[in-house]
Amino acid sequence: MDDFYKEYILDHYRNPRNFGELERCDRSAEDLNPLCGDRIRFELQIEDGVVKDVRFSGKGCAISQASASMLSEDIKGLRVEEVARLPVETVLENVGIGISPARMKCATLGLKVIKSAALGEIASWPDDATAAGNGSR
Amino acid sequence: MILETATGRRAAEVARDFPILADRTSTGKRLTYLDSAASSQKPQAVIDSLVHYYAHDNANIHRGVYELAERATAEFEGAREKLAHFVNAAEPAEIIWTRNTTEAINLVSFSWGLENLRPGDAILTSQLEHHSNLVPWQLLAAKTGAELRFIEVDAQGRHLLDDLDAKLRGVKLVAISHVSNTLGTIAPLARIIPTAHAAGAVVLIDAAQSVPHMPVDVQALDVDFLAASGHKMCGPTGIGFLYGKRALLEAMPPFLTGGDMIRSVEYTSASFNEIPWKFEAGTSNIADAIALGAAVDYLKTLGMDWVRAHERELTAYALERLRTLEPLGIELYGPPDPAERGGVISFNLGDVHAHDLASILNTEGVCVRAGHHCTMPLMTKMGWPATARASFYVYNTEEDVEILIEALHKAARIFKLA
Repeated sequence: MDDFYKEYILDHYRNPRNFGELERCDRSAEDLNPLCGDRIRFELQIEDGVVKDVRFSGKGCAISQASASMLSEDIKGLRVEEVARLPVETVLENVGIGISPARMKCATLGLKVIKSAALGEIASWPDDATAAGNGSR
Repeated sequence: MILETATGRRAAEVARDFPILADRTSTGKRLTYLDSAASSQKPQAVIDSLVHYYAHDNANIHRGVYELAERATAEFEGAREKLAHFVNAAEPAEIIWTRNTTEAINLVSFSWGLENLRPGDAILTSQLEHHSNLVPWQLLAAKTGAELRFIEVDAQGRHLLDDLDAKLRGVKLVAISHVSNTLGTIAPLARIIPTAHAAGAVVLIDAAQSVPHMPVDVQALDVDFLAASGHKMCGPTGIGFLYGKRALLEAMPPFLTGGDMIRSVEYTSASFNEIPWKFEAGTSNIADAIALGAAVDYLKTLGMDWVRAHERELTAYALERLRTLEPLGIELYGPPDPAERGGVISFNLGDVHAHDLASILNTEGVCVRAGHHCTMPLMTKMGWPATARASFYVYNTEEDVEILIEALHKAARIFKLA
């Protein structure tokens, strides 16, 4: 579990890439993780069906923020349909280590939001993330 | 390094009554359980009570005339008597079994609230309530047209009472938690309750974080309703209770309806049983109620004065030890004086998010809560996205605190703080 916090996770947490807002935004989505209150917003600039630019903003744990930061790097140049179909493995590989069920929503919040932005409707949680429930005590 | 005190040694002995505390984590670590504000661990006596009931006393209550049913009924009603005595209710009929604190509060909201609140009336609560003592009042206000008002708290989570008289104008119900589950603040009930009564309001106390941890006397407090959960006081999950003054309970309509809560039924009408059974529709949670009685017996052997003294001493020790992490950027929330707080400490460490902190502490076998603790409006008001929370109970010792401190140093190393 110690390698949960690899160097590059902390780097993305403290120096998030593509952080902020777009001047011209074509599609956006925002959501939160009811478990811990993590919030993420993604803004996409799209030209000819291709993601030309991206920004994200939000607050939360190192896993949720680093995961969103890495995703923002992955999707530039992808077609919108490809973003909408991104598999959960993308973020799990990015994070690089095993994630406990309770933290799965932290890891996949960014993916849910970016897919919501691409789809233009609220995307569902990946199957792996629903096992943790909505607990909020 | 470990402080040996009289109560600390006693707690180490108490810990041996709780079988789960002898378990190891999957990585072989000693279990350092610091999440009793969420749910307490269970002593062997409570576990034995559950097993004994199902092995030897199980039958439905109140109806059977055979020996087994009579024994189950006697045990069930005996547990109600124990609980009534524990909180010093005037009589057992003033104790109503519920699933938990939340259900007890909802009972008052749906039964007393819908009957007694009108447009122009007001409900007064505070800014640090758990969602269970907030959302029911939001819905009640919306349904009845009543106004919802708040006692404000300062930056340390202490109630600001200067404008209490003004706030109480037109208030029919005051609903306040005795001890904050997020900050540990002990509410100044000795000031709030008489003032509320003088203004003509009924007072409900959310005692989920006080009944398990300190002596609570409903008659001395002169509280009208009081709600608490069994699972936070060494009892099982799924059982809690509502205390209510007889006159109030008798005047209230039933909450849930069905079997056991009736006197007689015709095809188009029914008359209702007396209290407390009027509020206990359907087969009750018999086994867990009886086991909560066993939990009360267990807590009485420790003595609630000792429980409070132990937690206060341990909280003072933990605050002192946590303050040594100030160079690493620890922030401690809640009243600084241990006399003003229960055994709950919320904190953050540098720029480490509470969830990351809890995950790292988990690798050392340390169980803490992280998040908003079901007090989202309070967290928003204070500007905290989340906090980590350590909470203590009868089995916690200075050794637990030392393991927490070591684990926090590990988190600081991983996140390269200072």
